Amino acid sequence: MAEEKKEYWRWLESRWTNPNINWRQAKIITGGVDVGSVSTQAVIMADGDLYAFANMRTGSDSPNSARNAFNWALEGTGMAETDVKYTVGTGYGRVNVPMAKKAITEIACHARGANFMYGPTVRTVLDMGGQDCKAIRIDDKGKVESFLMNDKCAAGTGRGMEVFSDLLTISINDVGKMSMEVDVEPEPVSSTCVIFAKTEATGLLRQGWAKNKVLAAYCRAMAGRVNELLQRVGVVKDFAITGGIAKNIGVVSRLENLLGLKALTPRHDTQLAGAIGAALFAKGLLEKDLKK
Amino acid sequence: MLANYGYKDGSGDYFIAIDTDKCNGCAKCVDACPQSVFEMGDDDSDPLREEPVARVSGEQRKKLKYACAPCKRYLTTLSGGKTEETMKEIEKLPCVVSCELRAINHSW
Repeated sequence: MAEEKKEYWRWLESRWTNPNINWRQAKIITGGVDVGSVSTQAVIMADGDLYAFANMRTGSDSPNSARNAFNWALEGTGMAETDVKYTVGTGYGRVNVPMAKKAITEIACHARGANFMYGPTVRTVLDMGGQDCKAIRIDDKGKVESFLMNDKCAAGTGRGMEVFSDLLTISINDVGKMSMEVDVEPEPVSSTCVIFAKTEATGLLRQGWAKNKVLAAYCRAMAGRVNELLQRVGVVKDFAITGGIAKNIGVVSRLENLLGLKALTPRHDTQLAGAIGAALFAKGLLEKDLKK
Repeated sequence: MLANYGYKDGSGDYFIAIDTDKCNGCAKCVDACPQSVFEMGDDDSDPLREEPVARVSGEQRKKLKYACAPCKRYLTTLSGGKTEETMKEIEKLPCVVSCELRAINHSW
């Protein structure tokens, strides 16, 4: 009998509650839901501080994934949906977030979220998401100064890494670490298309390349690719990476080498930036409404 | 804010940059472009800005290489980089000429 197929690309879903916050004492509770192409994050913030989050796969149904993630974030907190006074939706599925009062683009939300997660010194943010890649320059308040988004092809995105994880049958959590285990850095594979890169990688495997060497070649291609995008907006210190790929040491360290700059260490899960930004905008919008 | 619309693919970089701080919403670029690349709308990246701003239409963002081709009567470099000559030619593009505030630029 055929063995059950393992899903190597499947990353772990997670949820978290801040034990130091009692939400019942908070004045303003807002929510942010980031429905991305691959993952959905729901964040609850109390007085502008992170209280709870849930991070799960989007699936094929945007409104439901927003609902599921939001409910999961509320789970066990004793909070009801009506306690969250204002929710903002963002990401690809932002128009399909049922509990959101307003939708804001992910560029603005990521900028604001990165400013919260990494502090006011961040000037350059690279978001490597599921199916696109954004390079954003921001000021000390998290306002966008310049941005560039590449969503035409999957090169330099999490989806590309999932394809490689599946091809090489290595868990997505280990690909970064494994790609570092090479003596000599190999030449990068094609950096302009995931499909071509996969074809190249298959060829390399047939030539007898070890899996980690192939991974190293792909991580390097990805780092080179996003470096070119970053150069277009210009890189200014401090530099931070958000999104799922920020957890991939293989890409991050190679990119750091190319830039000659260290990325800041995140305080929270890097995938949360968009949702945190949305919740912060929700706070701003709610305060504006209350003043009226 | 400098908004870069466009993409990078195997053949080069195709970006139109709009400086939203300079843009006053006059919409002259919308009329000037024979391919309807520009439109007026909310500033996507600054949700608190209320005045409309010029942006590249969602429909054209992923095919600028082809949308802009009729106006590009000069040799674009393979790497997508700019030479002195391409910079001079970019200055003559209808959208760039139409913007008195010089808020529009092309990367190729």
